[in-house]
Amino acid sequence: MTEEKVGVYVCHCGHNIAGTVDVEDVAEWAAGMPNVAISRDYKFMCSSLGQELVEEDVKEYGLTRIVVAACSPHMHEPTFRRACERAGLNPYLFEMANIREHASWVHTDDINAATEKAKAIVGGSIRRVMELEPLEPFIAEINEPTLVVGGGIAGINTALEIANAGHPVYMVEREPSIGGHMAQLDKTFPTLDCSACILTPKMFDVGNHPNITLMTYSEVEQVDGYVGNFTVRVRKKARKIITDLCTGCGDCWSRCPAKVVDDVYEAGLGYRTAIYRPFPQAVPKYPVIDVDTCIYYEKGTCKACQKFCPTDAIDFDQEDEIVVLNVGNIVLATGYKLFDARKVPQYGYGRLANVFTSMEFERMVNASGPTGGKVLLRDGVTEPQTVGIIHCVGSRDRSYNQYCSNTCCMAALKFAHLVKERTGAEIYNFYIDIRTPSKNYEEFYHRILEEGAHLIRGRAAEVTDAARLPGEEGKLIIQAEDTLIGKQRRIPVDMVVLMAAMEPYDDAVEVSHRFGIGCSEAGFFTEKHPKLDPVATMTDGVFIAGACAGPKDIPESVEQGAAAAARVLTLIGQGEIEIEPIRATIDEDRCSGCRICNNLCPYSAIEFVEDLGVSRVNPALCKGCGTCVAACPSQVIEGQHFTFDSIMAQIEGVLYDRMEDTERVTYLGSQPAEAK
Amino acid sequence: MSPANDHYAYYPGCSIRSTSKAYEQSTMKVVESLGMTFQEVEDWNCCGATEYFSINSLPAYSLVARNLSLAAEQGASDLVAPCSACFLNLHKTDKYMGKYKDLNEDVNQALAAGNLGYEPGSLQIRHLLDVIVEDIGFDTIAEKTEKPLWGLRVAPYYGCLIVRPDSKYNPEYPTHLDELLRVLGATVVDFPLKTHCCGGHMTQISDETAYELIRRLLHNADEYQADAIATICPMCQMNLDVFQPQVNRMFKTDFDIPILYFTQLMGLAFGISEKELGFGSEVVSANAALKKIADEAPEKAKKARRDKKALPMPESLP
Repeated sequence: MTEEKVGVYVCHCGHNIAGTVDVEDVAEWAAGMPNVAISRDYKFMCSSLGQELVEEDVKEYGLTRIVVAACSPHMHEPTFRRACERAGLNPYLFEMANIREHASWVHTDDINAATEKAKAIVGGSIRRVMELEPLEPFIAEINEPTLVVGGGIAGINTALEIANAGHPVYMVEREPSIGGHMAQLDKTFPTLDCSACILTPKMFDVGNHPNITLMTYSEVEQVDGYVGNFTVRVRKKARKIITDLCTGCGDCWSRCPAKVVDDVYEAGLGYRTAIYRPFPQAVPKYPVIDVDTCIYYEKGTCKACQKFCPTDAIDFDQEDEIVVLNVGNIVLATGYKLFDARKVPQYGYGRLANVFTSMEFERMVNASGPTGGKVLLRDGVTEPQTVGIIHCVGSRDRSYNQYCSNTCCMAALKFAHLVKERTGAEIYNFYIDIRTPSKNYEEFYHRILEEGAHLIRGRAAEVTDAARLPGEEGKLIIQAEDTLIGKQRRIPVDMVVLMAAMEPYDDAVEVSHRFGIGCSEAGFFTEKHPKLDPVATMTDGVFIAGACAGPKDIPESVEQGAAAAARVLTLIGQGEIEIEPIRATIDEDRCSGCRICNNLCPYSAIEFVEDLGVSRVNPALCKGCGTCVAACPSQVIEGQHFTFDSIMAQIEGVLYDRMEDTERVTYLGSQPAEAK
Repeated sequence: MSPANDHYAYYPGCSIRSTSKAYEQSTMKVVESLGMTFQEVEDWNCCGATEYFSINSLPAYSLVARNLSLAAEQGASDLVAPCSACFLNLHKTDKYMGKYKDLNEDVNQALAAGNLGYEPGSLQIRHLLDVIVEDIGFDTIAEKTEKPLWGLRVAPYYGCLIVRPDSKYNPEYPTHLDELLRVLGATVVDFPLKTHCCGGHMTQISDETAYELIRRLLHNADEYQADAIATICPMCQMNLDVFQPQVNRMFKTDFDIPILYFTQLMGLAFGISEKELGFGSEVVSANAALKKIADEAPEKAKKARRDKKALPMPESLP
């Protein structure tokens, strides 16, 4: 042990660390720790010069273990492990001391304290690195098939890119048809081309691609495994339709007597039947029976659809089916939901008939929507003469969501154009700021201004039907402070459209747990790096694309879909991947077979070997979380790379400066080295 | 279900002992039947209403803080005020003393002259409506309801004082009084101006200004065919009730809407007699409205046949 030579490198990270931590002092102090052969500080350790410094020192001084005190291991642990490997060291004899996120960034107000803390962290790492053992990474093969969850525009693009490259894709979609929100829209900004016209060919391609297995009306229930080898359990909800027989002719839904409000595709503005196909271009073309609204399931009679089905494709007794898939990679493109505008009661949605949400309005202006594309009040007859469009409903508002929903300004401007085009009504947009930062967006904004829409800079305070002034009777009045002229204004309008925020689905947090990835408090999935790795997650082999990671418009979602596909294709191309060998192992000779660890393991990686009466860890499933290690009453489970000895050594190292010299001898088994 | 009885200190306020005796009468009856005990703050003084704070703030805060000090001394954890203005002043003083160190020191120095002192935050300052909704709860109120207010159309009027600042209910469009009245069996009408100002003391300064504000409220309630307006504040009650004839004269209107305390309506539903609840002291008589209370629940409006052309209306939040 005393022959081990540790090299310590303290990084300045420009000013990030050196601005708060006295890095030279830390390096000098570390040189006084036992076994430290060399201790240096350097401006940017992650630069190629920094890495070469380590490599050269290993050769010149015969270093056997390396500590780099810099940023989070999430950032650069792989970088320095590779450097060690190049220098001929086992990469697991390296330890990263995080003195940036854990010291300099969080103690900017106290240089002395930050420096002391950095020393403690480095001390811990120096003691810990002494206890580490060389490990060899596992090699995992990448299963070729990919699972894409969510059939909106982002997921569609991912699936098509991967499938076109010749690899199998499973697409799982919760709704009866793919298409997502884009299928609901009429026009897309800023080009005003028809949303369906550009989307449906892609939907058709997904439905007919030889490499894509489409599972609609289905949900992922369980995910096990790791990059390259995921086992996924999918519940295919019973459509009550024998799809092999169904031709999609429509005789069933045209005869169905149960009419219900369609809250999904029609956003509540239209009706559908209990047996339904969400929209004519749906992929697949088969309908589903909604058992919650079907008369047969409520009363036991009806079966009109079955009577009229020419191919006997209706099966009321059909049950859910469970499908188990083995895939190498997973892309989550689960999209967003619209903010519930009823939560902002002062805008009157749900109370005042002629207040609509943005998605209701999308359906209204859509030629295939409930009004056939006519802009009409709730009575379904009257055209409005004035329309107020309120921006940022549920966005940029600390009571609801602090973030900007990114797409609503442009959608609101698009609405202004469409109302003008179809009714000639006067338009009033109430905005906080107009945000039009992408290609041709600002130009579109100016076009709308020139078309004569009135843009009032001021968040609307309320929408009320309590008339007060002449001309307000029978109207909805939008009260707002016009902050450009510094006056309160009351604008009487016939119709109000609320630009509702984009929010994660209610079950987004649950979904993130199911796939083992992180999400923000709101429920948007967390990317591995917000700038440099926006479609990867902290879980290898699980990628995210589109609005499930934050509000995005169509072009951004398409880009992310393709980007995720490229990442997956890289892995498929590699064919195999190295996996961290950090696993738990059970000393079977000493295992009492109590099985406490069996049920605690969150990855079901521990099996019980009946003949031997002992538990055993399946290294392919183990993630090295350490739960079993802590739980084992006989302490016979060891977490590799996080052994009891290494953790105790790290604690002793953290407390190094607080120990008496005599204690150091006792605990560390060696005298302090002479300062070098 | 019933809360601990001794932790409410009760601050009546001046109005309730003069112009709005019906509020206190009905409050006491309701509180009694709900099994709560209010311990009146001994030797309390005026809260300063809205004016004093605009004239000389330190004495104004000190006056209010004297009440807080007395209430805390009684060992209460919660201080209840039935009047919205009293509630606001008590709440504001407690909050600002906690937030502004100088104010806290000055006020406590003033209190010290009378051998008093107050540590901000030691009392929860609460409006009566909040105590009833939060601590008693709708379930208990529903159980207590013997004579539901079936068929009575009520506009829930919150006024402007309890909603800001930092109300725990939605300050833009509160609904807890709506919910309470609904539990009592009343038909609650939409009342868009439910948090708008009643004019306050403007009646004494500029009757034109005040009457216009009052007119708006009466007009809005009338538009929704309210039989009565339920209030939670003596000032709101007085302005809408006492000045209703003047408003009618000035604007040539014929509003005839009784303005009732929510506790009076609770008492009625609990089966307490009108007399005990102080009915009869209102200027605009409640008699006609009370006659509308039916023995049977109003028939649920038959699901109107769907207008084929009309677009579906979103359901309101549960």
